[in-house]
Amino acid sequence: MNKHMTDLTAETITGGVHSSPRHDSAHKHVAGTAVYIDDITEPAGTLHAGLGLSTVAHGILKSVDLDAVRAAPGVVDVLTCADIPGVNDISPSGMNDDPVLAEGKVQFHGQPIFCVIAETREQARRAARLARIEYEELPADIDIWDLDVKTHRQVFTPLTLKRGDTAGALETAPRRVKGRMRLGGQDHFYLEGQVSLAVPGEDDEVLVHCSTQGPSETQHMIAHALGVPSHAVTVEVRRMGGGFGGKETQANQCAALAAIAAKKLNRAVKVRLDRDEDMVATGKRHDFAIDYDVGFDDEGRILAVDYTFALRAGFSADLSGPVGDRALFHCDNAYFFPHVHAKSAPLYTNTVSNTAFRGFGGPQGMVGAERVIDEVAFAVGKDPLDIRKLNFYDAMGVEGERNVTPYHQKVEDCIIQRIVAELETSADYAGRRKAIAEFNAKSRVVKRGLALTPVKFGISFTKTESNQAGALVHVYTDGSVHMNHGGTEMGQGLHLKVAQVVAEEFQIDLERVKITATTTAKVPNTSPTAASSGADLNGMAAQDAARQIKQRLIAFAAETWQVPREAVIFLPNRVRIGETEIPFNDLVKKAYIARVQLSAAGFYKTPKIHWDRSKGRGHAFYYYAYGAACSEVSVDTLTGEYVVERTDILHDTGRSLNKIIDIGQIEGGFIQGMGWLTTEELWWDGKGRLRTHAPSTYKIPLASDRPKIFNVALTDWSEAYEPTIHRSKAVGEPPLPLGLAVLHALSDAVASVADHTVCPRLDAPATPERVLMAIERLKKDRKG
Amino acid sequence: MADAAVRSHLRFILNGRDVTLTDVAPDQTLLDWLRLSRALKGTKEGCAEGDCGACSVLVGRLTPDGGLVYEGVNACIRFLGSLDGCHVVTVEHLAAKDGHLHPVQQAMVDFHGSQCGFCTPGFVMSLYGLWMQTPNPDDRQIETALQGNLCRCTGYEPILRAARAISSYGGTDKDPLLSERETMIARLKALKDGARVEIGAGKHRLVVPAGLDDFADLLEASPTATIVAGSTDVGLWVTKHMRDISPVIFIAGLDELKSISVKDGAVTIGAGVTYSEAIDTLGQHIPALGPLIARIGGQQVRNMGTIGGNIANGSPIGDTPPALIALGATLTLRKGKARRTIPLQDFFIAYGKQDRQPGEFVEAVHIPIPAQDEHFAVYKVTKRRDEDITATLGALRMTLADDGTVASICIAYGGMAATPKRALAVEAALLGQPWTEATVEAAMEKYPQDFSPLTDMRATADYRALVAKNLLLRFYLETTSNAAPAQVSRYEAA
Repeated sequence: MNKHMTDLTAETITGGVHSSPRHDSAHKHVAGTAVYIDDITEPAGTLHAGLGLSTVAHGILKSVDLDAVRAAPGVVDVLTCADIPGVNDISPSGMNDDPVLAEGKVQFHGQPIFCVIAETREQARRAARLARIEYEELPADIDIWDLDVKTHRQVFTPLTLKRGDTAGALETAPRRVKGRMRLGGQDHFYLEGQVSLAVPGEDDEVLVHCSTQGPSETQHMIAHALGVPSHAVTVEVRRMGGGFGGKETQANQCAALAAIAAKKLNRAVKVRLDRDEDMVATGKRHDFAIDYDVGFDDEGRILAVDYTFALRAGFSADLSGPVGDRALFHCDNAYFFPHVHAKSAPLYTNTVSNTAFRGFGGPQGMVGAERVIDEVAFAVGKDPLDIRKLNFYDAMGVEGERNVTPYHQKVEDCIIQRIVAELETSADYAGRRKAIAEFNAKSRVVKRGLALTPVKFGISFTKTESNQAGALVHVYTDGSVHMNHGGTEMGQGLHLKVAQVVAEEFQIDLERVKITATTTAKVPNTSPTAASSGADLNGMAAQDAARQIKQRLIAFAAETWQVPREAVIFLPNRVRIGETEIPFNDLVKKAYIARVQLSAAGFYKTPKIHWDRSKGRGHAFYYYAYGAACSEVSVDTLTGEYVVERTDILHDTGRSLNKIIDIGQIEGGFIQGMGWLTTEELWWDGKGRLRTHAPSTYKIPLASDRPKIFNVALTDWSEAYEPTIHRSKAVGEPPLPLGLAVLHALSDAVASVADHTVCPRLDAPATPERVLMAIERLKKDRKG
Repeated sequence: MADAAVRSHLRFILNGRDVTLTDVAPDQTLLDWLRLSRALKGTKEGCAEGDCGACSVLVGRLTPDGGLVYEGVNACIRFLGSLDGCHVVTVEHLAAKDGHLHPVQQAMVDFHGSQCGFCTPGFVMSLYGLWMQTPNPDDRQIETALQGNLCRCTGYEPILRAARAISSYGGTDKDPLLSERETMIARLKALKDGARVEIGAGKHRLVVPAGLDDFADLLEASPTATIVAGSTDVGLWVTKHMRDISPVIFIAGLDELKSISVKDGAVTIGAGVTYSEAIDTLGQHIPALGPLIARIGGQQVRNMGTIGGNIANGSPIGDTPPALIALGATLTLRKGKARRTIPLQDFFIAYGKQDRQPGEFVEAVHIPIPAQDEHFAVYKVTKRRDEDITATLGALRMTLADDGTVASICIAYGGMAATPKRALAVEAALLGQPWTEATVEAAMEKYPQDFSPLTDMRATADYRALVAKNLLLRFYLETTSNAAPAQVSRYEAA
């Protein structure tokens, strides 16, 4: 007997789309029974790895003496680049520049050179410290700030976007400001670090349990490094303890090492990085140096902008090319630039290779847009919010000229005006603006600041081929459903949303749909769960699979009961066939007996999109997601310390598949964006060593960093302009740049020390130190 | 105390079961033991340095007055050797036998407090520890209890909602740990046999002294032994630096080092008193110390770490030494049966060098309570407000004469030099001068004579120098004006 009794008279199913069931794993999370990779019961004899990391930022490997490592207690083997049976490369860009283990040279401090395999993890870690490595040190480029963007080596072909005559328009613009901004990177700080467990099989086979956002890519990289066909490698992941982009390509190294060791030694091998190793040896969000030159009129209407977005790529291409691209795609944020020229510069440095991180360069582009808004506002002496509103793209439905992006896509679905207007009212922007001015006039040390910033985020992979997805749905003879798709669960509730879609399609209660681990053996050639695309793509693919089965059931029922197909209607947990109603489970059983196929592979590809990178033109995004945040801060002008007093957010997820899940993404995304722009500082010393490599030194927000008052709402009136899955919109990345409101509120508070006459040019992360130094600079500027 | 009974195994209680361990390395962490030896995998490793809280468990221990207290600790840096006679409670122990979730767990589910779920068991344990002691906490209490728990997904808001609602899911009267308290006290008392624990030899020697005198004798006999109290620093020597720390003497269980007494205008604190144990008394008698201690580490670290360890460790960025130096604290050191008392400021000789002889240990610190007319303030400046290590910390104590001049002044800083250090030139510029902004501005110019701070990942030298002198201005404003606040604060003034 099934313990769940289905309700055959219900008016609606439980857990369909647009309802808000809780996270499918919530019970297991709180009970400690949710299984992560390191919790999987290890096969007997499982071995463990420890990495040997470079201790210089750039150098030739003159000698690598591993005798003491091999002789250490418990050590079974030590892998170097010579032990890689296939190709020593896991480059996702095809640039062949990402070795699994360093070969001949090292290019950043912390680069893996060898991998110790021992009976216990502790033995492996201890042994890894015994290597004697001689380097011939070479000059190292660490920071991008002082590099020449025009001449310095780039890891990938840069992108240029242009529309109109930017140089001419800048020349003739009534007003013009140039500047440069430093914008820091960000460590993902997923709570579960990188981890893989490889179990060798017969022949070439290996099964790798890997905390990865891209099981297919991990599979392909392992096969590449092992020199075997992809069919020999299975990669599986039920859930990750956080990903945020950090397990898109960065999971591949541990996975490849585990697989290589497992095949070589014919024993299961686990590679789990220590937190410090994880932070030192795996890539992060790119930091940027943003040059801007903006022309505008006396009202503050932007006429032309010229941007250069230089980014610290690190030693290899990884995803730096596309990250730079997405920065350019978002350098307009929600604003129309009549003339625009923007180029990226992914600069080679002797630092860890930077990678995907929630937003993928988009937030960095938007920081550039908002800095320009600030510059214009201070130049013309207006509230930055007025400048924002003056420069928005035309609203949806307005037939105007101001709706073309720098990449020549027409913005068709702009709802930022309404979002900002509603938020302005609900957050009482005007009233608080006045109150803050009064407060600041009376307060010598503590100054308050306020800002309201918009978000427009493009949804689709700009790599067109990634915009496809597969799913596999089985209906068993008892009517229960097995649901599998190519997306991965990292906490965002993707599996739940896709299960809701399947439940809705069959009109069965959510609990009848089983969520299963993502595996390359069930759905092949999947895209990484990235670019906010998870529910859009996989929800559609799963819906397609379910519909195929449903169509077969309809055909079967129509024929068996001799009714037209239109007379077969799926009601909650039952099916009406003409005048008859039978339980879904019974129909399924009868269909099986009649030899109807009850399994289907679904597929989806995003329509409408295209992108020509060489021309900088195309319909790069299927649609845009919108939102806005209003934050108020208090700043201590003697120390730069600050508190976020209040934040109000209004965000658009279309017709939400699950409002509770979406609000969770918005709250969490905002805090993560705020952390990036405030206290999260990556700091390299003069030798290229990352010195903020653990939570003791790298400070992500705590509960006590939340805004004291935090109001988050969804736009209950919006729906996707395009026919997305149930007209919902993506929500993974778009909320992150809502955190810009805090940066700009801090900027506003800083500006108050010079009566808002000087643009604070507050760089990020705006640590208390940066805030105080900006205050000091403004005080001096004002005197001088 | 050569005649002390010696036992060669550890005894403690894990969830419901008695555990006896004879083969324990001195650097064996609780977390690895739970996960690898006991297959209790609900407790996670997030950082292995006591900063993220994914490994949080509760440790129940008998208090000197015969009670039983449960405290959240970081299993990743807690050594098994420190658990003799304790009750370890992991997340697996919370749900009822029939699978019904504990109120803390159910609230977290219903308020969507988990996303990826990896940090969640740690949050559950921290909230459990809070709820046991404070069933209806306010937001400040919740945030304080969660300073040692990082979540990267939720932004914390749903966790706060859950924390506020726990008591609506059930009262503490039905909680198994609390309802079985008397039984557990009896079981733990039965484990206390007064014996010294000695396990292993040479590079694998673990000792839990039978008492304070036994500890003094042991240390005198093995002066190179590592003394472990809270292990909030030594834990990292093992997990991050892979250092051999044997032989190890575990002193967390020594009740004689846990005394707190107030008499003759001073608070005397035993070296084994944790921050959590000290915070109420210190905060009551020296109000500025309460908020300072509440910003040291997270709750788990405060439950383990000791003020004695914060001093003995000798770090230039320890938070209590500058405050205690400014208060004129003295230190009692003991070697064998011999004791000596020195001014705290003389203990710190140079970077990594303290006035502690081989075989000697810090026994207690005596902290004079400022007089009614004394102004005393401590300002800790960090990148992130809570659970962060000091960039610059200033402690200032002053009395004004009737004519408004500075009658006495004592200023000490952390993070500004190789040791916690007095600002003597600044003090000289203030002493005897009228307490005016002009005097303060003149004294602010003297800071370069006292300090040449360094640049590191926490702050640049310029920022440290600027903030250090601005803190004097803040002190001036706070002691002279009742108007607008001179610093930001997350919480309304108590």
